[in-house]
Amino acid sequence: MSSPAIPEPDTQILSRRDEIVTALLRIVPDSECVIADEDGRRAFETDALTAYRQMPLAVVLPTTTEQVADVLKFCKANNVKVVARGAGTSLCGGAMPLQDAIVLGISKMNRVLDVNYKNRTARLQAGITNLGISDHVSAEGFFYAPDPSSQLACTLAGNLGMNSGGAHCLKYGVTTNNVMGLKMVLMDGTIVEVGGEELDAPGYDLLGLIIGSEGQFGVITEATVRILRAAEGARPMLMGFDSVAAAGACVAGIIGSGIIPVAIEFMDKPAIKVCEEFAKAGYPLDVEALLIVEVEGSEDEIKDLLKRITKIAGKFKPSVTRVSQSEEESAKIWLGRKSAFGAIGRISDYYCMDGVIPLGKLSDVLVNISDICERYGLPVANIFHAGDGNLHPLILYNANDPVQVEKAEECGAEVLKLCVESGGCLTGEHGVGLEKRDLMTVQYSQADLVQQMRIKSVFDPDWLLNPAKVFPLEVRELQ
Amino acid sequence: MAAAIAAAAAQSRPLEVYGGGSKRDVGKPLQTAAHLSTSALTGITLYEPNELVISARSGTPLSEIEKTLATNKQQLAFEPIDLGPLLGKNPGQGTIGAVFATNLSGSRRIHVGAARDHLLGLRAVNGQGELFKSGGRVMKNVTGYDLCRGLAGSWGTLSVMSEVTMKVLPRAQATRTLILRGLTDEVAVDAMCAAMGSPFEVSGTVHLHPSCAQAMGIDGLAKRGQSVTALRLENFSSFLDYRAGQLGKILAAFGKMAQLDTKQSAPLWDGIRALKFLEGGQGAVWRISIAPTKAPQFVAAIAAQLECRAAYDWSGGLIWLELTPTHDAGASEIRRTVAEIGGYATLLRAEPAVRAAVDVFQPLDGSVDMLTRRIKAAFDPAGILNPGRMYSGI
Repeated sequence: MSSPAIPEPDTQILSRRDEIVTALLRIVPDSECVIADEDGRRAFETDALTAYRQMPLAVVLPTTTEQVADVLKFCKANNVKVVARGAGTSLCGGAMPLQDAIVLGISKMNRVLDVNYKNRTARLQAGITNLGISDHVSAEGFFYAPDPSSQLACTLAGNLGMNSGGAHCLKYGVTTNNVMGLKMVLMDGTIVEVGGEELDAPGYDLLGLIIGSEGQFGVITEATVRILRAAEGARPMLMGFDSVAAAGACVAGIIGSGIIPVAIEFMDKPAIKVCEEFAKAGYPLDVEALLIVEVEGSEDEIKDLLKRITKIAGKFKPSVTRVSQSEEESAKIWLGRKSAFGAIGRISDYYCMDGVIPLGKLSDVLVNISDICERYGLPVANIFHAGDGNLHPLILYNANDPVQVEKAEECGAEVLKLCVESGGCLTGEHGVGLEKRDLMTVQYSQADLVQQMRIKSVFDPDWLLNPAKVFPLEVRELQ
Repeated sequence: MAAAIAAAAAQSRPLEVYGGGSKRDVGKPLQTAAHLSTSALTGITLYEPNELVISARSGTPLSEIEKTLATNKQQLAFEPIDLGPLLGKNPGQGTIGAVFATNLSGSRRIHVGAARDHLLGLRAVNGQGELFKSGGRVMKNVTGYDLCRGLAGSWGTLSVMSEVTMKVLPRAQATRTLILRGLTDEVAVDAMCAAMGSPFEVSGTVHLHPSCAQAMGIDGLAKRGQSVTALRLENFSSFLDYRAGQLGKILAAFGKMAQLDTKQSAPLWDGIRALKFLEGGQGAVWRISIAPTKAPQFVAAIAAQLECRAAYDWSGGLIWLELTPTHDAGASEIRRTVAEIGGYATLLRAEPAVRAAVDVFQPLDGSVDMLTRRIKAAFDPAGILNPGRMYSGI
């Protein structure tokens, strides 16, 4: 596999750039909200998958749903492609611009519209950050459950687009399990309201279809989410193992025992070292694999649960078992985990995989991943949500070396194929985007993909929204 | 099955699609000459207790799945309700495919999510006879669009599922139910919302009108004329004294409280799952999904116009409403009240003639209706799968 091909830009659209910018300024009459100069546009040329870059035609940052509708209506009438963007933290190129597309950023629409603690719902503009939701309701003891590592920056809009997960979704579910309604603008400017303050929406499950559609169905401007009352307390414990296999077996042992912790996170030796250097979390450095297991409840319940888990883990002979002794220590333990990608990014460029595997295959797959990476001569650090089998192998490479870039891509593709062959999937929470587009045929048959593409055409018949992503170009031609 | 559907599509021959048939009387009456049942597609195809996953062919009886899970102290956490008895059928006849096709979830939905939230993957045949899959067998999967959830709750109008894979969860070791009696609807919803806003993981909240409480047939549940509000805690048995005590403190202002232990709780929650609170009635039954705080107002508005009894689930977010028979099953009053107060209403039980005459499912707004029609066409362009069961032309 080499870098995914990007279709040649439409020269006619490129030549009409000034006219398009003028039209955007007419709809959003604020020079800060329409970015056309090169320096300004450069800030948007990539997302968190920095290996791929394209300068967008222009960037527009509307402040109302009506402006979004007018922008989309104009673009449809003029055959201009649109890439919707939240905070641009996508790890799969989901928000990567295209030269002949405008970027429609939702970040200026970030207000809390309504919170109802009795009904446990919050209505928000979709540009709010993920953490911004929890911060807004935390004084009342509530939180918004999905917690991607990028939660400080990433927007609800992006979470909806990718159906984002996080460390705590083992217990609380991913985005689609925590959203009750949304407002979305279709490419023709139609504003659609789906669901709302009720647990069940009428008719087909449009919410289910829209969440995770990678910005290809419409632009989401508002959403109603479930907020949950936080547990009385939470505490992580660390367990170090002399082998990856023992740690993997321990995860299955815990889950099989009838205890579902809030989170079970896994790190291998290379990941532990880097994260410890960054966060000084007190991770043991002389183990092959580390589990962070977090439980929730009252003080007594936490003690009881950790005792039960320690007992189960005993069968797998951990060399280190340590329960966090303070809030400060707990915060450090999580800081180390949540800043893992950033910490590794300080020492090397990396390519972050997101495959999911059945838990029972964990140790076999990890061994195979090491073999694959060794064959390509690239170091790998593994850090992931073990409870649900969502792996994040980080393949380290030098982005300035074209040979290494190609190697990293090929190595990553092999790792993801291995995940699918093991009964899993290409992506558990990051999305397909541009990065995994050409691997879709590994997981899906042509009939599977055609059925998905028919749904794409329901929402966006001209395929103007976030084009050249998700579906391999040659499969797209079939439709 | 794919061949049968392809043949029907080629001849534009509509099919009534169902599993065990226990829910056939929901929706608009169908007049198809041919029908297709998944009841011969049976068998559990995968079960990995340590991975919390089970797969089965769509016609597998729900009871078989639940029995298998119970051997490992596991369960379908969303507690699917049994519509059979309400519709004059025997209990326990449902198939696993129909559980997802109708997305019917029970009391624990408020805590763990609906049927659709537990559906990990499926194989299905669309209206052209094409077999496709979506999702898989792992807990997290965002590879491509989420057609699984798209098919959940579509009542067999888009595709026919042939195999489903779902997430399972451990059964709690013990149950404790707190009972409040004699609360008005408004106060009961306040109590349920307060319980749900607590950190004690309340996993069931129901409020039964006096006649619904009586219909449960449980000795000592309530005196005649007394409503019952029940709040369920589930966890390790050693946690429940503390949790029940703390929840009791939060709810102290709502009156004296009784407690049921695990054994005493079982008939209550099993009965709720089987909609026993509606037993004995012959009236039209509506299921209304609504914001909890609006629910008492909704019921009061209907009660001012029609004789009715109500049971609330999901902290008030779900109302079961039985009306004494009228010519249109109370549809005009219900639809008007939905328009005024909010919520969505589905007519779950009425005579075929009434169901033919009124909207059974909540009518859709313009843009949602437009998308719904296009989605139908994307799966079933010839319109042969359960045509008109949910909406005319769909």
